[in-house]
Amino acid sequence: MAVGYDVEKWKYLRRVLERAGPFTDKDSFDASMVKEALKDVKILVIGAGGLGCEILKNLALTGFKNIDVIDMDTIDVSNLNRQFLFRSSDVGQPKATCAANFIKSRVPDVNITPHFCAIQDKDIDFYMSFNSIICGLDSVEARRWINATLVNMVDWNNPDTCKPLIDGGTEGFKGQSRVILPKMTSCYECSLDMLTPRQAVPICTLATIPRQPAHCIEWASILEWPRVKGDLKMDTDDPEHITWLYTTALKRAQEFGIEGVTYTLTQGVVKNIIPAIASTNAIIAASCCNEAFKLATNTAPFLNNYMMYTGNEAVYTYTFEHERKENCPVCGEQNEPTNVTIRKDVKLGEWIEELKARADIQLKRPSLMGLGKSLYVQQPPQLEEKTRPNLEKLVSELVGNGEEVAVSDSALPFSLRLRVLYE
Amino acid sequence: MLKIWHMKQKQVAADAAEGPAKRRVTAAQLRAQKDITEISLPSTMKMDFPDPDDILNFTLTIEPDEGLYRGGSFEFTFAIGSQFPHEPPKVKCKQKIYHPNIDIEGNVCLNILREDWKPVLNLNAVIVGLQYLFLEPNPLDPLNKEAAEDLKNSKDMFARNVRSSMQGGYVRSERFDDVRKR
Ligand SMILES: [Zn+2]
Repeated sequence: MAVGYDVEKWKYLRRVLERAGPFTDKDSFDASMVKEALKDVKILVIGAGGLGCEILKNLALTGFKNIDVIDMDTIDVSNLNRQFLFRSSDVGQPKATCAANFIKSRVPDVNITPHFCAIQDKDIDFYMSFNSIICGLDSVEARRWINATLVNMVDWNNPDTCKPLIDGGTEGFKGQSRVILPKMTSCYECSLDMLTPRQAVPICTLATIPRQPAHCIEWASILEWPRVKGDLKMDTDDPEHITWLYTTALKRAQEFGIEGVTYTLTQGVVKNIIPAIASTNAIIAASCCNEAFKLATNTAPFLNNYMMYTGNEAVYTYTFEHERKENCPVCGEQNEPTNVTIRKDVKLGEWIEELKARADIQLKRPSLMGLGKSLYVQQPPQLEEKTRPNLEKLVSELVGNGEEVAVSDSALPFSLRLRVLYE
Repeated sequence: MLKIWHMKQKQVAADAAEGPAKRRVTAAQLRAQKDITEISLPSTMKMDFPDPDDILNFTLTIEPDEGLYRGGSFEFTFAIGSQFPHEPPKVKCKQKIYHPNIDIEGNVCLNILREDWKPVLNLNAVIVGLQYLFLEPNPLDPLNKEAAEDLKNSKDMFARNVRSSMQGGYVRSERFDDVRKR
């Protein structure tokens, strides 16, 4: 199918695309390429929920032609008020697929590909195939995963391995959008301490003197569930599980004369749901797509690098450059693995002696671990005893080529990462 | 973006990344390794790793040599999740014991295991906290309400209950595990 950038309907967008503005970077702006950019750029949207629906709609209407969307969830009836790509007949269906179908039906010349799975199910080649990635997620864990994956993909010999990550997030009336250039600017992990931790209630309060309905619900999920259900893993998406928690919490609330335990509150507490505001999602998604557009076309400078938005009282936004952390466990230079080349016939014990002799690292009693494998650990004694036999084995039997070995030592203020390469 | 790239590229050492695909140790493992290798246990405690390759799951045995729980051997499981140190380790007592801050399911009420956990805290802090629970059981943070009441009402009676519970005896209608050190 011919993608028509020359057709009448794109006339006005072309005007924006082809003219250099006052802030345009003269070196990287090329009017003839800009026109092609939207057509060629391949973008991945992670999450097809409240933010994701807005992001997909914006991208398609902006003129992006190649969009992939990934989401592991199915549509719940409670999503329908703000996740406007879904209809009641879609309840129970995968979000990614329904969102893609809807976009396709409204903007037929978009190539949109859904992926109904977890982001962890996709490999490096998949992420490598995109130009940039937009996240509209509500999970810290998923964000940390994609952030670390993109940072690790960076190869300094190839600029294409650096995939800009545009991250949007909302919580009630508040939100933020940011642009992360892996390895170049502050990453998600660098700013993890900016998260306000969820205020936890002491477990003894839950156990003995609950005062609020949420205390009863937390008691049911943290203490009663494992006691009564044993090893059965709680699934917060399973209505039967939520019902059990609800009735258990309700009984307890009655015992203590506490009112207000409802099914919805139970769901909210165990899933840590903060009420979503549709317009916060719209504002943050608009900002994310604005950045995607600028990154793709070079028409204007992109966000450097963090925009926070607060809508509680009037509107407040603040943009600042969040600084990279030298000791960030994901992107920090300090944690950059050092390449070490070793012979295939070197025993672990010999290698450790070689490492200790190196003047540039200054090790005293190093403990070494590979990927989910203890090589030689000097402390505590039980672990030393169990890993001692490894000293006689060849390093090449224990560690694969290109694999990382983490070295900790009382003489080192941080863990040293070594990347093992064989001669 | 390319401009920043070329600027940064020059700063990076020439040998940065070549050859086979990078496979990195996770942040949780890295931090746990550092914490574990820095722990120096007193003679009253020991750690055991059922699977030495899995340092994220281990047991800690505490054998207090003073206080009301002297002569007992108390085992705790530690489970360190992928979000460590941003989330605290999950710690449970393996035995059914009579203690105001530990319920009969093994849940432990220790502030730094929940509401006061911070990523700067390490495993050593948790271990010290657990040890302290046996030296100074705290009736003001009760998880086992009856044990806490007993301690508040009469320290002597509480001490007798601790002794008999540790031998596998009953306190009221509840039978506890024999935790005597062998
Ligand atoms: Zn970072």
